[in-house]
Amino acid sequence: MAIAETQVYMPPAPRPRLRLLEDERWLALVLLVPTLVLLGMFIAYPFVRGILLSVTNARVGVPGDFVGLANFYKIFNDGIFRTSVYNTFVYTGVTTVFKLALGLWLAMLLNRNFRGKAFTRAFILLPFIIPTVLSTFAWKWMFDPTFSVLNWLLYHFGLITGRINWLGDPDLAMISIIIVNIWRGVPFFAISLLAGLQTISPELSEAAAIDGAKPWQRFWHITWPLLLPVTMVVVLFSVIQTFSDFQIVYVMTGGGPANATHLFATYAYQIGIGTGLLSEGAAISLAMFPILFLVVIIQLLYIRRVEVR
Amino acid sequence: MTTITRRNVLKSGTALVGGMAGILATGRAPAFAQGTTVHWLRWNDFVPASDQLLRKELLPEAEKALGIKINLETVNGNDLQPRVTASVQSGSGPDLIMIFNNQSALYAESVVDLSDLAEEVSSKEGGLYKYSRAVTSDGKKFNSMPWTIVGAMNAYRKSWFEEIGVTKFPETWDAYYDAGKKLKAKGRPLGQAVSHSFGDPPTFVYPLLWSFGGKEVEADEKTVAINSKNTIDSVKFMTAFYKDTCDEGGLAWDDTSNNRAFLSQTISSTLNGASIYIESLRNPDKYITEKGVPLKTDILHAPLPKGPQGQFGLHTFFSHMLMSYSPNQKAAKDLLRWAHTPANYEKWFISQKGFATPPTAQWESHELWGADPVMDPFKVAGRLGQAPGFAGPAGKKAAEALTKYIIVDMYAKAIQGGSAEDAVKWAESELKKIYT
Repeated sequence: MAIAETQVYMPPAPRPRLRLLEDERWLALVLLVPTLVLLGMFIAYPFVRGILLSVTNARVGVPGDFVGLANFYKIFNDGIFRTSVYNTFVYTGVTTVFKLALGLWLAMLLNRNFRGKAFTRAFILLPFIIPTVLSTFAWKWMFDPTFSVLNWLLYHFGLITGRINWLGDPDLAMISIIIVNIWRGVPFFAISLLAGLQTISPELSEAAAIDGAKPWQRFWHITWPLLLPVTMVVVLFSVIQTFSDFQIVYVMTGGGPANATHLFATYAYQIGIGTGLLSEGAAISLAMFPILFLVVIIQLLYIRRVEVR
Repeated sequence: MTTITRRNVLKSGTALVGGMAGILATGRAPAFAQGTTVHWLRWNDFVPASDQLLRKELLPEAEKALGIKINLETVNGNDLQPRVTASVQSGSGPDLIMIFNNQSALYAESVVDLSDLAEEVSSKEGGLYKYSRAVTSDGKKFNSMPWTIVGAMNAYRKSWFEEIGVTKFPETWDAYYDAGKKLKAKGRPLGQAVSHSFGDPPTFVYPLLWSFGGKEVEADEKTVAINSKNTIDSVKFMTAFYKDTCDEGGLAWDDTSNNRAFLSQTISSTLNGASIYIESLRNPDKYITEKGVPLKTDILHAPLPKGPQGQFGLHTFFSHMLMSYSPNQKAAKDLLRWAHTPANYEKWFISQKGFATPPTAQWESHELWGADPVMDPFKVAGRLGQAPGFAGPAGKKAAEALTKYIIVDMYAKAIQGGSAEDAVKWAESELKKIYT
């Protein structure tokens, strides 16, 4: 048998374009391009269009002329807009506090060992998984002025004598949408915080317990500080989403009764898309931007401070 | 798998040549190039049988007659306006879109003038009602083609009214208030939506306002006239009326809620199209009164009562807009013309069983109206309607006020506990933004 001639494999010299990609800066740019294109198309372009629209008097089918800040002047003098701003803050504030408290509580419970842990964890996510519009419709039926199953239950347990006008009373309607938002948002908090909890070494708690720390002290001095960065990110996401929430209010109350439950997004939709006053609708949406921007800056700065510490 | 053989190629070639020869021989081109699809967007009809008739019978016939495909899409009535905005702004969407009341005025720049078709139908059918013209045309251009009117009448429980000693439906607001009070005391309130829904809320509050002598604007379409003693009186009346006679859930009702409440027998009277009665006819065994008789035998209809300044009605008007972005304008218009041909329209009209009143006078003599005396009051809905925007025209500004539910919200605000004066002042400031 003849001994085969040994051949040294020589890869072909890379073409110059590929060589360019070996430079990390170029590679980074290439990898970022798809994201940039997507962000540009779906975030930057609509945002710039929104700004351009808000300084015109455009309405549906009519491009409109430049009117400066007239639309902003108009909405700041609009009672319904002011109600929407107030509602948005109340809605975001109240729901975030409850979602955080309940989510954290749930996360602590789920962090323990018990039978059916995996199943329970998956089950908890249901409100978050079901399409919001569908679940909100179910809630709408539960709060229905005439056929509310909640009223039926309360009545049959002897807790009420008359009907509770859930969606017909401005305050109760606000409470109703807050309840639904909390119901929908708690799983997100719970699962995210649970992930955070699992990164905390149990040894820390055990050591503290040996030193005589009570459960509350262990939570306050160990768990909470270590969980804070995760909590801040979760709260940040939640605030942004809740602030610009649309589906729950749109389905449950449509902003009613008599505009009492409008948020920024639903009022912008009613004016811009419903009535067709596109420029005013754009102005209402944009009015949300500086507030959200501020929230994001403050929270990101805070997160950075916590991380550095 | 189909194989291409020389024989097949020859066959199709011959057929093609034959077809061309046929066209040349008759001197007529086929109506449309193959593949023309007209997208028609309508509401989910409150009489579902009519949508079925359209899908199963009428539209296949139209497809055959016109040589086009028709894509009928139905959505919740409250979603039509958002669809119009989205379609107009993107420059694509349904070719024909149904719209309510005078709302087509809002889209005047984006629709095709349908004057020729409207006048053609008008001349053949005894004339379009004044109301039909007022809500679809600005006098120069028909922004939409009048389709039908859903008369708003009080559907009420005859026996329940009799039990409180009222044998004829109350003719004045005060009498209706007295009756309602007694009924609510017996756990049988009246029902009325005062919310952002296109049908029942405006059809109740606009006539109430007018019957007390209130109006949103003067005839010049500039001077907002809502802040008057008459309006304030009507708001005060409504606040008491609502509290003392109505199911208080109505602030969160939409147009379907009173149907459900009436059919489940929790309310004694409600302003509505005839859909409640028609549903009770459709399912006589399902809806049985507490006395064991079919509900349909205990329902009557009556117009809204008179106020100090007269008796009025606002009846929900339905029309179709032909969108100017549509690449199929001719086909879409031909479809509309086809649908308005009396023989075709009649089939649809009969399926509505009186829920819909046609927009022209000729149909008043149709035999359908004699068939059921309970439906009689709806026959002349088109004659009695007053358009939103009174005392001004029912144009773009009135449509904006209607679409923003300003008059509805004025009453709702007072019902929620604000003073009548404040609610009227609020409405005045909102209307001024539109009219001045």
